[in-house]
Amino acid sequence: MNGELPPDLVRGLTQARMSRRSALKFGGLSALGLALSACSIAGTKGKGGNLGGQAWREQIDTFWSQQKKKGHLDFENWPLYIDVGKKASDHPSLDLFTKRTGITVTYHEDISDNSSYYGKIAPVLSAGQSIGADIIVITNGFELENLFERDWLLPLDQSRMTNFYKYSSDLVRDPSYDRGNVYTMAWQSGITGIGYNPKLTGREITGWKDLLDPKFSGKIGMFNNSEDLAAAAMCAIGVDPETSTPADWKKAADWLIKQRPLVRKYYDQSYADALAKGDLWATMAWSGDIFLKQADNPDLKFVIPEEGGVIWTDNMCIPVHAQHPLDAMTYMDFVYQPEIAAMLADYINYITPVPAAQPIFAQDAKDATTKDDKAYYTNLSSSPLIFPKPADFARLHRYRVLPSTERKQWNALFEPIYQS
Amino acid sequence: MTALVGPTLEEAFEADRRSAPPRRRARRRAWLLPVWGWVVILWLSSPIIVMIIFGFNDGRGKVVSPKWNGFTLKWYERLFVYNDLTTALWNSITIAILTTIIAVVLGTLMGVALGKWRFRGTGSVTLLLFANIAAPEVVLGAALLSLFLSVGVPRGYLTILLAHVMFSLAYVVVTVRARMAGLDPSLEEAARDLGAGPFVTFFRVTLPIIMPGVMSGALLAFALSIDDYIITSFNNGSTQTFPLWVYGAAQRTGGGVPPQVNVMGTLIFAFGVLVALSGAIASRRRA
Amino acid sequence: MSARRIRSRLTPYALVLPGWLWLVIFFVVPTVSMLSVSTMTGNDLDGFKQTFHVSTYKDAWTQYHTQIIRSLEYGLAATIICILIAYPVAYWITFRGGKYKSTLLFLLLLPFFVSFVIRTQSWQFMLDDHGMVLGLLRDLHLAGDHTQILQTSTAVVGGLVYNFLPFMVLPIYVALERVDPALLEASGDLYANKVTAFRKVVFPLSLPGVFAGVLLTFVPVASDYVNAQILGGARTTMIGTVIQTEYFTNLNYPMAAALSFILMGVLLVGIFLYARLLGTDDVLEMAAR
Repeated sequence: MNGELPPDLVRGLTQARMSRRSALKFGGLSALGLALSACSIAGTKGKGGNLGGQAWREQIDTFWSQQKKKGHLDFENWPLYIDVGKKASDHPSLDLFTKRTGITVTYHEDISDNSSYYGKIAPVLSAGQSIGADIIVITNGFELENLFERDWLLPLDQSRMTNFYKYSSDLVRDPSYDRGNVYTMAWQSGITGIGYNPKLTGREITGWKDLLDPKFSGKIGMFNNSEDLAAAAMCAIGVDPETSTPADWKKAADWLIKQRPLVRKYYDQSYADALAKGDLWATMAWSGDIFLKQADNPDLKFVIPEEGGVIWTDNMCIPVHAQHPLDAMTYMDFVYQPEIAAMLADYINYITPVPAAQPIFAQDAKDATTKDDKAYYTNLSSSPLIFPKPADFARLHRYRVLPSTERKQWNALFEPIYQS
Repeated sequence: MTALVGPTLEEAFEADRRSAPPRRRARRRAWLLPVWGWVVILWLSSPIIVMIIFGFNDGRGKVVSPKWNGFTLKWYERLFVYNDLTTALWNSITIAILTTIIAVVLGTLMGVALGKWRFRGTGSVTLLLFANIAAPEVVLGAALLSLFLSVGVPRGYLTILLAHVMFSLAYVVVTVRARMAGLDPSLEEAARDLGAGPFVTFFRVTLPIIMPGVMSGALLAFALSIDDYIITSFNNGSTQTFPLWVYGAAQRTGGGVPPQVNVMGTLIFAFGVLVALSGAIASRRRA
Repeated sequence: MSARRIRSRLTPYALVLPGWLWLVIFFVVPTVSMLSVSTMTGNDLDGFKQTFHVSTYKDAWTQYHTQIIRSLEYGLAATIICILIAYPVAYWITFRGGKYKSTLLFLLLLPFFVSFVIRTQSWQFMLDDHGMVLGLLRDLHLAGDHTQILQTSTAVVGGLVYNFLPFMVLPIYVALERVDPALLEASGDLYANKVTAFRKVVFPLSLPGVFAGVLLTFVPVASDYVNAQILGGARTTMIGTVIQTEYFTNLNYPMAAALSFILMGVLLVGIFLYARLLGTDDVLEMAAR
């Protein structure tokens, strides 16, 4: 402060450091450190599964033959992912299910994203306990893969999937991420593409390359999970994510880094509000969200990028230690009846796994009494966002599936981008 | 944070009573300072005012509407509509109360010991407290999580409580110790001369005198615990507390919170103000 | 030595023991444990084993040095802005407050009775592109149609300054409050004008308060990440968010632990420099107020 070193500082810097006390302290800490170095963190493999080890695959038929209907089930789902009646807590399809089968349903909408939900249930499952839900809905991706690897899902009772095998679309039957539908039955599928407001962008958006336009600087949104983000970038550089190599990942990461100065924020599900409000002009988007937001802001549009979009599927599955597995199976197959699928698709506006719902909507359009209803059902039955055409499927790719032991390089490349 | 008000207000009351500085020739730009001060106070209060006002804003949706739709008390009526929000608030309050009790007991003992005696451990204990206060919350929370993971302890209500006592303890100790500095040792000597044993001396002489410090520490611990986000988010497992719930709700809906949050915030605010005011009035009357 | 004297010699240790034990178990041991985790290798499926794998630290720095440096930058910026804002306010209350000092302090601290998350979200609500602040600015033609405040580093630093201002105001106030008015009178008698009196008497005496305030502000500000998450966007992420993601999304515990240590190490260096300059007791006293 006045050009001279304070005496305390001088004393502190020049005084002998080690006294007996501090040597003792140091020794104590080192001993502690060594003791802790013997520690380790247990893995989650093989912990908590209902029927541990390889033997369960043989025991699964026995398991199902012993299950009885209990009359109740707990269903965990994402928000706005089921039909609603007059009040937000009414769900006609669930009431119909209860009426026809006598099984009551408690419905929860606690899943807001895969990784935080997985983070919530993993410790419980790892401890061998029930998470309190019989059906959960998880997107095909890293978390679902994690659940497979650790035997935390109950293999389904194939004999109780008659509706599924009769009515399910090619997209969700025997999918690449769950061959033979051992664990999952699709709930809904969706497309990751681009949502935009042409009034704000000033032109039509046709592909990922438009999200590199410096004119939109600060008004572009992207997702904050590495699977969607990486898949989008790989489509942008013309690579199929499912068969991509680490070299492709590097190029995709470079594309994203090039785009980064233009991005306003890496969003979770809140991008839709931002787009509807005008905070964003063009953003990575899920098809159903845009469909829904068009009610608030009719200017919004959704497009499957010409370089390619991503298709994902949210899947119903049964966690181990579920209290009511048979009731869960009954429900899961119930929703594959076309009439039920139509009830759901009427509200959910994502890609229904039951193509037979389309003629039902066409019929509803014909039977409609008001002009609004007619327009609505015609729109619904012909929308490529609900019933994609084969040509659309050609442009859609699935996520890269990576076992949890091989994600280090992937994370090292993509995490710093959306956590920039 | 809020309980820094307590001891500081005490000091301020004493400062009030000290004579005002002698009158000076008025300077030309003397008004700059008060204007700045009031602008800052207004700036600090603005989000609170907004929160209180918009707790009365009508609206159709589930989140607070940015447009004013008319005055309503319906959010006050529908306060407990969200079960998990109510649970989270209850968790926060009970954890804060338990934390306060434990931290005050442990902290007062430590504060008294450090303030009264000079013993060989004083330096290292002080360093420990200092390191605890200075350490960033992220590190405190992450380190505790590392321990729980290594040992295999499931995270939940208990781990939150353990964490909260850990980071509030040092603040109680420091507050009590500072108060001990003003304790006249002759009072305790007098008590001993009159035949009082150590326990009696403590409860009838020491404790009443340092009580303002203990109360400040308690208020501080309570405030730190009920408002904590970072350390709790690392160690909560699936248990929710009020700050965690509010944060999660906003992230889910893209920036909007249910109006009930504004209402609860207003009520907690009013309660806190009441407590601080009554504390200040009580100390004014005592002096 | 009589039993009584032994007991009284041991009393301080006995009183300190419970609290000390709590801190050792839940603060010291976890820190050492985290150090241990940072050199483990493995994955969530098969578990993590201690292998003294130190290159995790290098990986952590390579991947995330931007966020670490940014946290320090925001911390420094916010701390300096806090000093600039807080000092005049503290001076005002001390020397112009008169009999309203306690009221003014109370008003200053009043907002902090509300939860920090709610306060910050209230700002998010107010600073929204179509919210009240920008609406007002646009009416006054001070902002364009496409101006945004949220998702910028300005918003994040603003939030940090807002949330940590009292940590700077209070220590400075306490230090200024201790300035003996007799000294000011004496300087007046020696023909010093107000500016000189401030420069040569008040300001130097207030410096310990400023130092204490910096200490109480810089560390929490640099390690906060909630402000960045609520008010920020791309290119504003702070290191705390990364640590949280590594723990809970990637389940990469060694990386998360290494990042925590890097952050703590950098901050500790700064703290020890301050502690050496001032002496730990003084800083604790300041902190107690």
